[in-house]
Amino acid sequence: MAARKSTARTEAAPAGVPTFTKEQELLAYREMLLIRRFEEKAGQMYGMGLIGGFCHLYIGQEAVVIGMQMAMKQGDQVITGYRDHGHMLATGMESRGVMAELTGRRGGYSKGKGGSMHMFSIEKQFFGGHGIVGGQVSLGTGLGFANHYRDNGAVSVTYFGDGAANQGQVYESFNMAELWKLPVVYVIENNKYAMGTSVNRASAQTDFSKRGSSFNIPGEQVDGMDVRAVKAAGERALAFAREGKGPYILEMLTYRYRGHSMSDPAKYRSKEEVQKMRTEHDPIEQVRARLLEGGVTEDDLKKIDAEIREIVNDAADFATHDPEPDPSELYTDIVR
Amino acid sequence: MPIDILMPALSPTMEKGNLTKWVKKEGDTVKSGDILAEIETDKATMEVEAVDEGVLGKILVAEGTQDVAVNTPIAVILGEGEDASAVSAPAAKPAESAAPAPSPTADAAPAPQAAVPSAVANPPTVSIQPDPEVPAGTEMVTMTVREALRDAMAEEMRRDGDVFVMGEEVAEYQGAYKITQGLLQEFGAKRVVDTPITEHGFAGMGVGAAMAGLKPIVEFMTFNFAMQAIDHLINSAAKTLYMSGGQIQCSIVFRGPNGAAARVGAQHSQDYAAWYSHIPGLKVVAPYTAADAKGLLKAAIRDPNPVIFLENEILYGHTFEVPKLDDYVLPIGKARIARSGKDVTLVSWSIGMTYALKAAEELAKQGIEAEVIDLRTIRPMDVPTIIESVKKTGRCVTVEEGWPQSGVGSEIVAQLMEKAFDYLDAPVLRVTGKDVPMPYAANLEKLALPSVAEVIEAVRAVTYR
Repeated sequence: MAARKSTARTEAAPAGVPTFTKEQELLAYREMLLIRRFEEKAGQMYGMGLIGGFCHLYIGQEAVVIGMQMAMKQGDQVITGYRDHGHMLATGMESRGVMAELTGRRGGYSKGKGGSMHMFSIEKQFFGGHGIVGGQVSLGTGLGFANHYRDNGAVSVTYFGDGAANQGQVYESFNMAELWKLPVVYVIENNKYAMGTSVNRASAQTDFSKRGSSFNIPGEQVDGMDVRAVKAAGERALAFAREGKGPYILEMLTYRYRGHSMSDPAKYRSKEEVQKMRTEHDPIEQVRARLLEGGVTEDDLKKIDAEIREIVNDAADFATHDPEPDPSELYTDIVR
Repeated sequence: MPIDILMPALSPTMEKGNLTKWVKKEGDTVKSGDILAEIETDKATMEVEAVDEGVLGKILVAEGTQDVAVNTPIAVILGEGEDASAVSAPAAKPAESAAPAPSPTADAAPAPQAAVPSAVANPPTVSIQPDPEVPAGTEMVTMTVREALRDAMAEEMRRDGDVFVMGEEVAEYQGAYKITQGLLQEFGAKRVVDTPITEHGFAGMGVGAAMAGLKPIVEFMTFNFAMQAIDHLINSAAKTLYMSGGQIQCSIVFRGPNGAAARVGAQHSQDYAAWYSHIPGLKVVAPYTAADAKGLLKAAIRDPNPVIFLENEILYGHTFEVPKLDDYVLPIGKARIARSGKDVTLVSWSIGMTYALKAAEELAKQGIEAEVIDLRTIRPMDVPTIIESVKKTGRCVTVEEGWPQSGVGSEIVAQLMEKAFDYLDAPVLRVTGKDVPMPYAANLEKLALPSVAEVIEAVRAVTYR
C-alpha cells in the first residue's frame, strides 16, 4: 500500500504539546501502523468469512491508544469496550493470539471462546474486551478500587466511547471514583458517532470533558489524532491519578474511518467528511510527515512497513491454519 | 377515656422487641411528640413517641422486659380528669390511637385460621437431623442466622486480607438488616465500604475488583435492587472465566435478603432463585439454618467463582444450633436430609423449609412419613440426593416461595422425569408462590405464598390418601 497523499501538517507541536524525539516518533509510527495494518487485514479476513460475528475496526483512532500507552507505566491496567483490537495490540499482546481469537481458533487469547469483543491478558494487564456498552466503566473503576485497596501505585485506564458516555452506570462510577479518590483515568474516545447516531443527536452536553464536572472530576479535550498531544495529556492525567488526587477525564477527539462494524454501510455521514479526516488529520500520516522532514528516509520507513506487514501476514496465516478449539472445550472454564 | 400505648413494630417482619428504657415516669405529663420509651429489636433501637396528650397513668411493661410482642399494651395515658385507678386491667382491645406504629404489621390482620399453622410467624419446633459434616460430639451454640452470617464474614475477613465487604449501609449504619454489625469496628472503613445507592455501579466495581484479584462480598440491601445490577452479575461476573478462556476468574459473593419479607408489596417481594439458577458460571446458594448459612457463606467467600448467596429476611432472626468449630466450611452443591422418611420426598430450601418441615410434622401425625431434603444450593443442584430419596419414596413434592413457571421446582420435576421416571409412583407436584405479583393486603399476601396446608394437600394427592 503506497503512502497516501497527505496534507498533514508538520509544524511544531501546538503550545503545551512537547515534541517527540526521533525514537518516540519511530515508536509511535511503528505501533500505530501495526494497528492500522492489523485492522485492514482483519477487515479482509472478515470479507473472506474467516472472521465471524461482529468486528469493530479501530482504523483512524490509533493515536489514542498508542499515545496513552506511551504515557503509562508497568502495572497500569487497561479495559475497554468492544472496539478493542487496537488496545490489545498497544498493550503488547501478540498479533497472532488476537487474530486467532478473531477467527475463533484454539491459539486465540481466549482459546477461541471469547471472540472479537472478549479477550484478556493478565500478563499485559488487559482486562477486556466488553460487549455491553458502558459495562467496562464500572469494571474499570473496580480495577481502580483494587489499586487503591492495595496501594500499589497503579492506575486503571478505562476507555469508552461517546455512546457509552450516556449510560447511567458511567455516572455511578464517576461518583464513587471521585468520592473515594480512585486512581482511574477515563479516556472517552469521541469518534463522533455512536453506531449511526452522531454526538449532536444523542448528547445534550457534547463536550465530554465536562461530563465529570458535577462530580468535580477534572477533564480536558485532547486532539486524539495527534499522538504527541495524547501522550502529554495522558501523562498529566496519570500523574494526577497516581498522586491520589482521584480520577481524571480525557476526551479524545478522534474519528473512525470504517463503519461501526463490518456490516455498517455508514450512510449517516458523507464520504467527504471521512476523506477530509483521512487527508488532513490522519494520525499515522502526521508522524510520517514529521519523520521524513526530520531526516528519516522513505527507505527507512519502507523497511518498517515491510516488518509490520510481515507480522500481520504471519498473524493472519496463523489464525487461518490454527485448529478450532477441541469440542471438549465447550464445557471447560465455566466454573473453576 | 384512657388510651393504651402499644408495643410498636419497627419493621415489616418484627414480631417482638425489648423495652429497654422508660424515658417518662408514671405521673409525668406528656405532650404529642414527647419521647416515652426506647425499644429495640435485633435490628435497631428506636424511640417511642407519644401521639396523644395526657398523663402517663400506668406503665404496664417494665423497663428491661425482653421479647414484648408487637401490639402488647405497654402503658396507659390518662386524659383530663382521669386517674390511674380507672385502669384496673390493661385493655386487651386494640387502641384507636396506638403509639407510633411506624409501619403496620401482619398482626393487625385477622388471626390466621387455627387449622393451618403459620410457618412463617414461628420457627418450626421440629428437630432437624444433625449434619453429617459435623463430627459427632461437637459442641453446639445457639445463634440466629443473622449472627451466623456475620461471623462467617468476620472469620473470612480475618483469614484473608483480600476479602472486603461493600454495599449500602454496611458500615456506619451497621447493615440495613444488621448482618454486617461490628465489621466496621473490627476491620475499618477500607474493608467495610459504604456505597452510594448505586447498585449497577457498585456491582460492576465489585466485579472489576474481583477481576483484579480481590475477593469482594457485595451486599445488596435486598435482591430486588440487584435487578439494577443484574447485567454485571451475569454478563460480567458469570461469563468472564469462559470468555477469557480460563484466564480471568471472578471470585465474588453477591449476598442479601431474597424473596418476600412481610407486607412490603410487589417490588420488594420477589424470589430470584430461579433467575440466577438459570445461569452457567454462577453458583447459587440459599441456606435455611444458621449452621448452613455460616458454613456455606464461608465456602462462598473462598470459592473462586461468582456466588449468588440468597438469604431471607424472615429467617434472619430465627435461631438454630451451630457447631462450635474453628473453621466450619460446608461444601457448595450438597443437599442435606433434614428429616428421614419413607413415604414421600419433600424438596425445599431457604424459607421454603419452614413449610416443608411443619407439613412433615403434621403428616407424621397422620401416618405419612415425609423425607425432607434441604437443597441448600440451587446451582449446582444436588440431583443425586433427590433421586436417591425418590428411589425410596416413589413420590416427590417441591416447595418454594417463587413463582411456578420456570421455577426451581420445575427444574426438579424435569430432572426426575429424565433420570428417575421409573421410580415414580405418582406425578411430581410443585407447591409454589402463586402466579401473581405480591399483593400488599395481609390476607392476599398470605394467599399468594405457599402454605403448610398446600404442602399437606399435595402430599395427600401424590400418596393417594
